[in-house]
Amino acid sequence: MELLLLAVGTIAVGVLGCMAWFWGSNYVLDAILPPRGPNAGDNIRRAGMIRPWLFLGPAILFLGVYLVYPVLNSIWLSLFNGSSTQFVGGDNYAWLAQDAKFRESMINNFFWLLIVPALATLFGLIAAQLTDRIRWGNFGKSLIFMPMAISFVGAGVIWKFIYEYREPGTEQIGLLNAIWQSLGGTAQTWLTLQPWNNFFLMIVLVWIQTGFAMVILSAALRGIPEETIEAAVLDGATPWQIFFKIKVPQILGTIAVVWTTITITVLKVFDIVFVMTNGQWGTQVLANLMYDWMFRGTPDYGRGSAIAIVLMILVLPIMIWNIRNVRKEMR
Amino acid sequence: MADLNLNNVAKSYGEVNVLRGINLDIKSGEFIVFVGPSGCGKSTLLRMIAGLERITGGDFHIDGVRMNDIPPSQRGIAMVFQSYALYPHMTVRDNMAFALKIAGKSADEIKTATDRAGKMLQLTPYLDRLPKALSGGQRQRVAIGRAIVRDPKVYLFDEPLSNLDAALRVATRIEIAQLKESMPDRTMIYVTHDQTEAMTLADRIVVLAGGGIAQVGAPLELYERPINEFVAQFIGSPAMNLLPGKVVATGERTQVQLDGGGVCEVAIPTRAGDEGMVVNLGVRPEDMRITDGPALFEGKVDLTEALGEVTLLYFGTAGEGDPVTAKLPGIHTGLNRQTVRLTADPEAMHLFHDGQSLLYRDGPPTTPMRWTQATPDPVVLTDVIAPPPVR
Repeated sequence: MELLLLAVGTIAVGVLGCMAWFWGSNYVLDAILPPRGPNAGDNIRRAGMIRPWLFLGPAILFLGVYLVYPVLNSIWLSLFNGSSTQFVGGDNYAWLAQDAKFRESMINNFFWLLIVPALATLFGLIAAQLTDRIRWGNFGKSLIFMPMAISFVGAGVIWKFIYEYREPGTEQIGLLNAIWQSLGGTAQTWLTLQPWNNFFLMIVLVWIQTGFAMVILSAALRGIPEETIEAAVLDGATPWQIFFKIKVPQILGTIAVVWTTITITVLKVFDIVFVMTNGQWGTQVLANLMYDWMFRGTPDYGRGSAIAIVLMILVLPIMIWNIRNVRKEMR
Repeated sequence: MADLNLNNVAKSYGEVNVLRGINLDIKSGEFIVFVGPSGCGKSTLLRMIAGLERITGGDFHIDGVRMNDIPPSQRGIAMVFQSYALYPHMTVRDNMAFALKIAGKSADEIKTATDRAGKMLQLTPYLDRLPKALSGGQRQRVAIGRAIVRDPKVYLFDEPLSNLDAALRVATRIEIAQLKESMPDRTMIYVTHDQTEAMTLADRIVVLAGGGIAQVGAPLELYERPINEFVAQFIGSPAMNLLPGKVVATGERTQVQLDGGGVCEVAIPTRAGDEGMVVNLGVRPEDMRITDGPALFEGKVDLTEALGEVTLLYFGTAGEGDPVTAKLPGIHTGLNRQTVRLTADPEAMHLFHDGQSLLYRDGPPTTPMRWTQATPDPVVLTDVIAPPPVR
C-alpha cells in the first residue's frame, strides 16, 4: 500500500513538476523579454531563440547524466584494473583479444547479426504481403504481432518450455520434443546441442521481431501507389514479378530501416541468452559476457567496461546508418 | 486492326449498379473520348476495357474475340494513367522496357523499341534518368512511351493531362493528337472531364451520364444536335441557356411563346397537334446577340466578365428566374446593370420536351455506328397533348 502511494506520488510530482517547469520558465522568459512595448519585435525574436532550449533543457540534462556520463565513465573504467584502483592502459583490451570466451561471443554475435534480422525481415515481409490479401488478415496480423508485447525474459521462459527435455520414452512436455518423438526421433536436450542451440535461441528473437517487421513493412506496402501495380499487371507481370520487381524495390528504404533496427536489437541481445542458457554450451554473447564480468562473482569493472565499449563501437555505425535511413524515409 | 464491341456491358459492386446497358461499337483506328461528370463511371468503363475491373454483365469483344475473362496483358491494350504510374525505382529506359522484358524479348529488340519510343517522344537525353528527376510533362511522355513500346492495338488514356499545368496540358494534348496522326490504324480511348480535350481530340465523343451512355457522336454533332438537355448543357461552355415556353404554331418551323414574354421562330419541325406542348428553348450563350428588334430574352445584366476576346453577360444570378448567360464577341463596356435585349438565329436554337430534343423524335440519330441510349427510366407524361417521346 505504501509502495502504491509512493508510486502515485512520484507520478504526480513528475507530471506537475513538468507542467510547473514549462509554465514557470516560459513565464519568466516572457517577463524578461515582454512581447509588447517598444521592443516587442526584437523581444519576440530573442525569446523565440531561447524558448526551444527551455523545452529541450530537461531532456538534455537527463540524457547527459544518464547516458553521456556513463559512456564516458565506462571508457574511463575500461582503462583500470578490476577494482578500479590501478590504471592499466590497454591491458583489458589486450586480454579481450586473446580470451576464448570473448572470441566465442563475437562469433555468436556475428551469426545472430546475420540470421535474426534476415529471417525476421523476410518473415515480416511475407506476412505483410499475405495478410494484406485475405479477409481475416488483420486477425492474423494481430496474432503475429502479439509476441512483440511479451518481454524478452517472458519469451525466453516460454521457449524454454518448448525446448524442455524429459527422459526418452516418457511423456514429453516440451513442444519440440513431443513433435520430435511423435515423428520417431529420440528426445533431445536442444539447448545443449552445439552449435544448433545458438539457432534455437535466435528463433526466439525472430519470433518476437517478425511482428515488428510485419507492421512496418505492411504500412510501406500499402503506401505503394496502386497504379504502379496496375501498370505492371497490364505489362503482363505475374504476381511474383510484381512482388519482387515492383513492390519490394519501392520499399527498399523501409526494409533497410527494419533490418538495421532489428540488427541493433540483436547486437544488444542479453535477456534471451541469460534466461535460457546463460551463455553455457557455446551460446555466449557479448552483452551476457559483459554482465558476467561486471556483476557475477568478484566484479571486474575493467574487463566488463571494455566489453561494453566494444559492443557500443559495434552498434554505433549501424545506428548512424539507421538514423540516416529513417530520416530519408520521413522526407 | 482492333474493332471493339461492347454489348450490353454492365458493372455493379454488389447491389450498386455503376454502369448498365453500355452498347458501343468502336471501329479500328478511331479516337474515342469518354466524357461525363464526376462519378458517371467513365473511368470504370475504361478500366473494364483494360481488364482492371471485372465486367459483371454483357460482353466485350476485341476483333470478335470475347475479352471478358482474358487477362489484361493479353488483350492487346496499353494504358496511360493520370498519375503516370511510372515505376519509381527504374530508369526511363527500364520503365519502357519492363513489359518487353516480362515478355522475354531479346536485349536487341528491347533496345531498338525503347530507342525508337525515346526518339518519338523526345526523351532520348533522359533515358537513363529516374522518374523523380523528370518534370510532370516528361513523366507523362514516359508513360506514353511505355505504352508505345508494346505496340498495342488499343491505347487507353485515363485523364492523362489532369496532373499537368495549363500550358503543358495544351502542349501534351497536341502531342497526343500528333501521336494519333502517326498511328492511324491504332484505336485510342481517352477519358477526360475536360471538354476542350474531348472536342479537339475525338473522332467521336461518348457522353456518359447516370450510369449509361447519353449520346455518342462526332464532337460537332454533339454540339449542334444534342439529344437531350443534359448533353446540351454538358457540351459547350458556358452551358446552353434553357428558356421555358409553349409551342404556339407547328410546321417546318415552330413558333414558341416564351414564358419570359417573347415569341420566336425555331428551325425545328413540329407535328400538327403539338400546339400547347411545354418545351424548353435552348440557346447557346455564344449564339446570343444584342438586338433592338423582337427579343428572345430581355433582362438586366447582373454581372459582366470581359475576357477581351469575348464578353460574358450574366442575367438572373440573384435568383429571380433561370439564370441566363450571353457570350458576345469582342469588348463591350458599360452594359453592367443595363437592360439588354437579346436574340439568336432560328437555326441556332434547340427545342426540348421532357428533357429530350425534338430533333430525335423519329428515332435515334443517324450515326454510322450502332448504339442505344441507356436511360431506361420510364418518362412520365404530364402533358396529355404531347405525343410520347420516341427513343
